[in-house]
Amino acid sequence: MISTIGSKTVEVVRAAGRFGHFVGDLARATADVGTWPRLTVVQMRRIGVDSLPVALFIAAFTGIVLALQASYTFTGTVPLYIVGTVVGKTMMLELGPVLTGLALGGRVGASVAAELGTMKVTEQVDALETLAYDPHSYLVLPRVIAGTTMVPIVVALGIATGLLTGWLASLVLLDLSTAEFVKGLKFLYRFKDTWFGLFKSATFGFTITLVGCIVGLATRGGAEGVGRSTTRAVVYSAMLILVLDAFWAMILL
Amino acid sequence: MIEFRDLHKGFGPKPVLTGFSLQVRDGETLVIIGYSGSGKSVALKHIVGLLHPDAGEVIVDGRAVASLDRAGLTEVRRDIGYVFQFAALFDSMTVAENVALGLRRRALAEDEIAERVREALALVDLTGTDDRLPAELSGGMRKRVGIARAIALRPRYILYDEPTTGLDPVTSAVMDQLMIRAREHLGVTGVVVTHDMRSAYTVGDRIAMLYEGRIRQVGTTAEIQDTEDPVVRQFIEGRPS
Ligand SMILES: Nc1ncnc2c1ncn2[C@@H]1O[C@H](COP(=O)(O)OP(=O)(O)O)[C@@H](O)[C@H]1O
Ligand SMILES: [Mg+2]
Repeated sequence: MISTIGSKTVEVVRAAGRFGHFVGDLARATADVGTWPRLTVVQMRRIGVDSLPVALFIAAFTGIVLALQASYTFTGTVPLYIVGTVVGKTMMLELGPVLTGLALGGRVGASVAAELGTMKVTEQVDALETLAYDPHSYLVLPRVIAGTTMVPIVVALGIATGLLTGWLASLVLLDLSTAEFVKGLKFLYRFKDTWFGLFKSATFGFTITLVGCIVGLATRGGAEGVGRSTTRAVVYSAMLILVLDAFWAMILL
Repeated sequence: MIEFRDLHKGFGPKPVLTGFSLQVRDGETLVIIGYSGSGKSVALKHIVGLLHPDAGEVIVDGRAVASLDRAGLTEVRRDIGYVFQFAALFDSMTVAENVALGLRRRALAEDEIAERVREALALVDLTGTDDRLPAELSGGMRKRVGIARAIALRPRYILYDEPTTGLDPVTSAVMDQLMIRAREHLGVTGVVVTHDMRSAYTVGDRIAMLYEGRIRQVGTTAEIQDTEDPVVRQFIEGRPS
């Protein structure tokens, strides 16, 4: 029992050490400006294009549901313009970033892990090194920077979409006027609602791509190993997103 | 000269190399034979610092690879071309881009790069395939592109990891000719890892057998062909035990 705990602890410490090492290598790789900026542009386009459809789809339906649920909850108790408040706050603070983050963990995280995992097991990563490229600046940095910058942009567009569908649902399905919806949006709004959600999204984008890279580069054992890494990347990034979400709420709200 | 000195390497509890010592002389082609999973690729990867020894060292022209910093390692890697078992080409790049990739890391003019790519592809008889993608090539052609990518760097050493494995006999013979040509035209020292004895006899000046983590026997091709060692005999004759 004690020895199990002991070896588990050693394992965790080792993993933390590897992680620290990895981040250190990544920081060092930023000096290699001949390599990563050009590749980052490619990844930004890819992550953006990969993510937008699924993110907007989710946000559109979330906006509608939020409006309907708010109306169901508050009808007869508080003035109904509160629907605008609920849609706005919830989209910006929580559901926009987190639902998008989880969905992109499944899409972007999985594709990064599969791609780098395949490169690893087919020795393309080794080949890069022997050709004097640093995999951290050639493969990891472009993806992590693209994730960190593109995910907030995608989330922002998602939030806008959710607000739009929430407003449309209020007009069409509830008996709310545009003026009332907008009044609700402005009521209790603080600028922090916006930046908090987008900041959170940036940390999710960072996490999704970093986990995808780390798990991908640790792949062993052929096609089966790539499959395992892909699943692992999705699970880990989903868990980390939820933990981070709670963490930022505690620290920043 | 490349020298393995008492190299030990294991993964987890499993030892792979246990006191591996071997010298590769300048100008020769040394073939390392051994069973699948015996650690031939592991040994090769130590030469370019892709793996770190648990104990012992690999010396390349007087430099202990494992103790070098990044800049030193890059220096060593400049002198060494690595031909991977399945070629390890980058799928999203054309043949020419694959061959040029290593050259782009050096301060070379664009036309110098283009010239070297053309030359390297010509040497492996792949002139005109510049714009093809790896996915469109046969296994043998991919391996030839892998060789071209190594040759283009004008290395002093080329390491070949199972260059003929999985190829038909005729394509294997072509690979053998390319390895011989690389040595004759460019004067490179070669280390060839294989379990294809026909290829080993064709390209090797000397042959070393890796067995249970260390070198069982090393000698000229003729010496190995006449070996009395039962383990080596069994391997080169391909007899089931
Ligand atoms: N990076 C690694 N991590 C763990 N085990 C490895 C690694 N590389 C090789 N091995 C193991 O080391 C042994 C020797 O592998 P290898 O050198 O590839 O054999 P071969 O002689 O066929 O080239 C195998 O059992 C392999 O599973
Ligand atoms: Mg091997």
